[in-house]
This record gives sequence, C-alpha cells and structure tokens, in this order.
Amino acid sequence: MFRYILRRLFYMLITLFIIATVTFFLMKMLPGSPLSAEDKLSEEQKAIVLEKYGLNDPVPIQYLRYLGGLVKGDLGVSFAFDNTPVTKILMDRMGPSLQLGFQALLIGSFLGIILGLIAAVFRNGAIDYTSTIFAVLGSSIPNFVFAGLLQYVFAVQLNWFPVALWGGFEYSILPTIALMIFPMATAARFIRTEMVEVLNSNFILTARAKGISETGVVFRHGLRNGLIPLITVLGPMAVSMITGSMVIEQIFAIPGIGEQFVTSVTLNDYPTIMGTTLLFAFLFVVIILIIDLLYGLIDPRIRVSGGNN
Amino acid sequence: MKLKNWALLLAFGLLLSVLVACGSGDDSAKDSSDNAAQGTENTATDGEKVLNFVNGDTIPSMDPSLATDEFGFQFLGTTMEGLYRLGENAQPQEGIAIDHEVSKDGLTWTFNLREDAKWSNGDPVTAHDFVYAWQRAVNPDTGSEYGPYMMNGVIKNATAISTGEAPVEDLGVKADGDYTLVVELENPTAYFESLTTFGTFLPLNQKFVEEQGDKFATSSDTLLANGPFLLEDWESTSNSWNLVKNDDYWDADTVQLDKMTYEVVKKPQTGVDLYEAGTVDRAPLSSDLVDQYATHADYTVEPQTSIFYLKMNQTRNEALANTNIRAAISKAFNKEAIVNEILNNGSLVANGIIPADFARLPEGSSDAGKDFREVSGDLVTYDLEKAQEYWEKGLEELGTDTVELELLGDDSESAKVMSEYLANQLSTNLPGLTVKLKNVPFKQRLDLDTNMDYDLVVSGWGPDYLDPYTFLNLFLTDGENNRMGYSNPEYDELVNATTTDLATDNVARYENFLAAEKILFEDAAIAPIYQKAVAQLVSPKVQGVLVNPFGATYEYKWASVGSAE
Repeated sequence: MFRYILRRLFYMLITLFIIATVTFFLMKMLPGSPLSAEDKLSEEQKAIVLEKYGLNDPVPIQYLRYLGGLVKGDLGVSFAFDNTPVTKILMDRMGPSLQLGFQALLIGSFLGIILGLIAAVFRNGAIDYTSTIFAVLGSSIPNFVFAGLLQYVFAVQLNWFPVALWGGFEYSILPTIALMIFPMATAARFIRTEMVEVLNSNFILTARAKGISETGVVFRHGLRNGLIPLITVLGPMAVSMITGSMVIEQIFAIPGIGEQFVTSVTLNDYPTIMGTTLLFAFLFVVIILIIDLLYGLIDPRIRVSGGNN
Repeated sequence: MKLKNWALLLAFGLLLSVLVACGSGDDSAKDSSDNAAQGTENTATDGEKVLNFVNGDTIPSMDPSLATDEFGFQFLGTTMEGLYRLGENAQPQEGIAIDHEVSKDGLTWTFNLREDAKWSNGDPVTAHDFVYAWQRAVNPDTGSEYGPYMMNGVIKNATAISTGEAPVEDLGVKADGDYTLVVELENPTAYFESLTTFGTFLPLNQKFVEEQGDKFATSSDTLLANGPFLLEDWESTSNSWNLVKNDDYWDADTVQLDKMTYEVVKKPQTGVDLYEAGTVDRAPLSSDLVDQYATHADYTVEPQTSIFYLKMNQTRNEALANTNIRAAISKAFNKEAIVNEILNNGSLVANGIIPADFARLPEGSSDAGKDFREVSGDLVTYDLEKAQEYWEKGLEELGTDTVELELLGDDSESAKVMSEYLANQLSTNLPGLTVKLKNVPFKQRLDLDTNMDYDLVVSGWGPDYLDPYTFLNLFLTDGENNRMGYSNPEYDELVNATTTDLATDNVARYENFLAAEKILFEDAAIAPIYQKAVAQLVSPKVQGVLVNPFGATYEYKWASVGSAE
C-alpha cells in the first residue's frame, strides 16, 4: 500500500510537471503582453519595460527559469498586482473558494445520496418522479441562472441572507446552494439508477431472506454497492466546483481564486495564470488519489494489487 | 483487516490535510467578516459622514510610478496630491503648489510649494519629493509604463533617460530649496498645469519608499498619503477597503466626508442588488439593466471623455486607400441607433474626434469659453444619400463594383453586437460591399492593430491630459497610434505647430486644432461612432462628487453626504 501511494505521488509530480509545461507554452501563445498601457507605448518603450520582467529572453530560457523557481517553491511575482508574490495571491484567495467548494461538494453529494436512495426505494412513485425531475432540472439549469434566482428571491426580496460580498458563514449559504445543485443532482441520478439495480440483485434477496431489516438491507448491503459509480463521478464533480466557482464568485462578489484566474488570463498576468493552474491541478490530482483510495474502502474487490505486499 | 486500516488511515489523513487547508480558509473568512462588521458599525455611528461604494475591480497598484489602470489612478488621486488638483469644470486648483511662474519661452516652470503640507508619517512634503518621484518614473529600472509615456517629450531629457542613454539626474526637474520646484520642459507645453494633477506626477517620500523596498505601496502599511483621504485596510489583493479622512491634510477643513467604504463587485446585476438592499450608494448599470432602471428615481447618466471610432487601414486594402470609399463608410451607419439601441447607456453620437465637454476655447479666441465640440460642429454625420453618392464615385475610381472588407473587433458580448450591427449597416447601405467579421480578445486586437493586419477596426481612445493634442496626435504621419497609413502633410504641420512654434500661443493652437480636425474628416481618415457614457444608480446621499475628464475619474475632496430622500 505504501509503495502504491509513493508511486502515485511520483506520478502526481509528473502530471503537475506536464501541466506546468503545457500551460507555460500555451500561455506564451496568448496574444499581447502583460503591459496594461500596451496601446500607448512605443515598441522601444515596451521592450524596456519587458526587459525588467525578463520577458525579452527566449521562451525556453524563461521556461527553465520558471521551473527553477518552481522547484524552490517560488511561483514568482504577479505582473498585474505590482510586487505581490503569486503565493500571497493564492493564499489570500484560496480560503473562500475551498470553503465553498467543500461545503457544496459534501452537502450536495450527501443530499443527492439521500434523494437518490428515497427515489430508488419508492421507485416509480410520486416521490421518485419528483426527485427525478428535480435531478434533471438541477443538472441542466446552469448554476449562474440558479445563483441569480437565489440572490433575487432570498436576498433582495426576502432579505434572509446578504445579497453578496464575503463575511461570516451567512455569506456562504447562497453561493454554496448555487454551487451544490450540480453535485446533488448528479449524485441523485447515479444513486437512483444504481440502487434500483442493486436492490433487484440476488444478494439483496438473500439478505432479505436472512431476515435483515429493510434499513439494514438498503444501507448496509445496498448503498455500499450503489456508491461505487458515484465515487467515479466525484472527480468530475470536483472539477465542476472549480469551474462553477469562477462564475458564482463573480455573481456573489466573493474574493475567491476562480474569479482571480479569469482576470489573470485576460491580463496576461503569466505568473498568476501559472500559479492558479498549478493549484487547480494539484487539488485535482489530490482528489483523484483520495477517490482511488476510497474505492478500496468501499469495495475490497477493487483494492490495489500492491496491497498484497 | 490490516490493509483496510491502512487504507482508512491514509484516506482520512489526506482528507484531513485538505480540510486543514480549508480550515485556514475559514480563518481568513473570519478576518474579513470582522472587517465587514467593523464597516457596518462605523456606518451606523451617528454624525459620521459615510458613503459606501462598489468598485469594478481590485486596486492592482498604489505606486504612482507603476499604476496604469483606472482604479490605481482613482485611489492615488484621492489619497495623494500633486502640484495641482482638478476642481470644478476641470479647472486646476491649489494643491501642494500655491502658484507658479512660466518663463517667456514657456520652457521653465517654477512652482512655489506650500510649507504646511505633510505626509501621513509627519514628514513635510517638499520639492525634493517631486524630484525623486519624477526621476523614479522615467528611470528604466523602475519599469514604469506611464512614466515615459507621460514625460517623454515633455520634461527635458526624459526620453534619453527612459532609454538608458542619460543618467536620471539629468531630468529637467530640480529643487531650489525645500519649497521651490523648477521644471524644465523639452518643448513649451500649454497643458502642463493640468498634467501635474495626473497620478504619474505625484510626489514620493524618498526615505519611506526606499525603506519599504519591494513592499512599497502593496498595502495600507507600506504607503504614505498627502491628500484628503487615507487608504485603510487595503492590500493589493483586497476585495474591500476604506478611505478615511486625513486630518493632517493641509486643507482638511474643506473635506466633509469622514469615510468611504469600497467593495469589489464585478457583476453590474450584483451591484444593483446591493444598491436596492441599501448596502451601497452607487451602482453602475450595464446596457441590459438600463431598460429596467431607466425610470428609477436615482438613474443618472455620466458622460465620459472616451471616443470610439472606426479606423480604416489604407495600406492593406486598396479600396480603403480611396478617399471616397472611406467617406462613404464614415457616413453609412446609423450612429443614433447604435447609441440608443445597442449601447443604451447614455452614450452620445460622436461626429468628430474631440469629445464634447472636454476642452474649452481659451481666453482671447472669438469663441472663448465655448466647448470645442460645439465650435467645431458635426464634421461627419449619418447621411445615407451622401454615403451612396461617395460610394458610387469611389467604386468608379477603383473600376470595380464589389469590395470585401474585414471588420476587426473585441470578442466581448457588447463589442460583438456592435460589430455585427456595423457590418450589417455597411453592407446593406453600400451596394456591393461585403463585410467579414473578426472578433478576437482585446490583447490580440491590439496586436493586429499594431501590425496593421486589419481593414476596419473599432478603436477607442481616452485623453491623457486636458488638451485636444491628446487626440489629434494619434493621426500624425507615422504616429505610434496611427497604424492605418494615414498621412497628410498639412495636418501634420498644423498639429505639430501646436507643440513647437505656437506652443506658447494658446489661441493660435486652438485655431490649428480646429483646422486640423476639419482636415481629418475631409480626408475621411476615421469614422467616429460614439462618445462613451456610464449609466448608474446614484443615491441622493452622494453629493458634490466631481467627475474629471482624465486621470482619477471621481474627485471626493469637495463631496458630502446629503439626506437620503
């Protein structure tokens, strides 16, 4: 198991290295420069300013210099925020995004599982149809539409929550709900489909025949099997948290990282683009590793072969 | 079993490590909630005059030498003061300078500084602070964009210094004692007085800046103010901050506001929701929101001084080298419809290159005090009949009956709609014309523009100082921003004379400007479209805020809080 994890960590490093490389060269292909008064400066003047940032050197040299800094944990200094290290931008902005992402992912999938379970147990009944309609709506309505609705109804009209901005926990409620709709709907759909199948299989019949209570059947024998496909989609769900946050953070004026990422790209703020991309990539590979380890917990059959050693 | 335990432990370990990261996020959230709570407490305090605003983005830099954007210049202008400050009708008012004398040749400006101006650390503001700041702005090691842009060709030796060919000490700015600043100019510059209000020309306390090093101006603690307000609770990545009255400001008695709070809100809809909830006192409206709020009691339109126009590249497509074809294009689209239906935010139709309410004719001219735009009149209007006449003539001269042009524009939603409308108008109104659209990101548009790789492009320009030259120098032969192959020796002569032979004769300069603008449109060099305006909801609480035609958009020195209804 240890070996397996070590190997995975090594692969993670390689993945991050490849992502860093590809992003670096893609980013260099973006038109324009990080100068903000680009339309006002002469070519000569531009060159003088770019020299200061080391942007006149050949791209491979810039790349090696960047990698060198990266190994030392130095992500560079932002071009847009003068003299502000990228690490500081990431640290300052990561908090709200992580909080929202985890709240949405945890609450969303938990509620989704409950919803899916109920639908499966009472399949083809009114509850099932309601929950299915809800799930379809949830995964097809874009979250920014939903966010706008929540904001208007619960904040502007009813005054139950703050309209926007970031402060205490109450500020995170509406954005979390907007963000969790997708994982909730996805989880509900997967769990329902899987549970309907599982509850019809022979081992459930056996379990029932052994006289185990219905709750026991559903939760101990059914849900554990039904969860596997859900874990598979946890990865894409986590990604949707990241992409979703870019829009949601704008709507609720939250100082998060997703929103910062979009801004950096439009400004050609190279160090910040690299920093945020690597952070997203890192979170993603960590989540995938966690998911792979979870598989083993839930279904011993999928347990990694390395474990035998 | 053993295996299962290991897996459990590891999975939870990993989960925990991520959650710890999340936990630290909670801390920062708490911090900002404390700030927010503080903000509301202060707002509620009786008798305090507080205004609450949204800001379209963070403040990327509070370093006067490095600032390039709207917000940087806005908050520099509010917290700092240069030689002069723009007051009502953009008239320069006393700042750190009390008055100045200009030498006969217009090349030497001597400013007398006040002796009671202080930095927020208690140091006096002296002439040396200006010398240091201006040298820093053109020093190539600083990497300033606006320093060379604003000073080259204006301050003596700036160009040579900014390219590293001369030492910074050679810059034409010297302190004569602590309170006299002597500035030598490269050419007589009639608008120099208004230029000294601009962010790049603000003074800097050398000792403080050098002490802070790389950290200078990256947070409230690492910057100094000498203006009406102090910036508090700010770091370069902050999404909220406050401006508080500076009691040490030399003219603190004039300043009425105690505090202004700011929150970064990028979505206009969110800003409006906050406005409706009473959280903020001003919210900008995007054109889709205008329809909904145009009848709102607090709806206001604030005209600005940016002009948007169609550049016609004469070097890539031979049709555009033909004056009649260009004249036809410049008259063939309905600007009224663009302003009312597409922009829908109070923007004005532009029929010239100098914006309305920007420059007034100087004392001594026959139309003294009148707006430049009014005197110059409508130089190119939407006129379908004329347009088709020119078009026929142009086609005949070219010996063809079809023309294909590419229209380049930004890829933002509103820019796309604008391009589509223009393309549709042009190809409908001018028989035989096909317009292909090319919408690209802003930076790429600039690239294509610089490389003259376009036929038509929607371009915009905002003034950098209070003089028509800021617009008219764009179209000088081989000007950095011409980039469309336009050249007319007569135009060049008229415009260049305003900075050389006629530089000290403002009346003659304006005559030249008027004549040059006429030539520009006789040649149909460009096709003006609109002058930008911003639609907003502004609470009646917000009183006495001045809107500047360049530099810091808003001036709060004379602002106050009115009654809410």
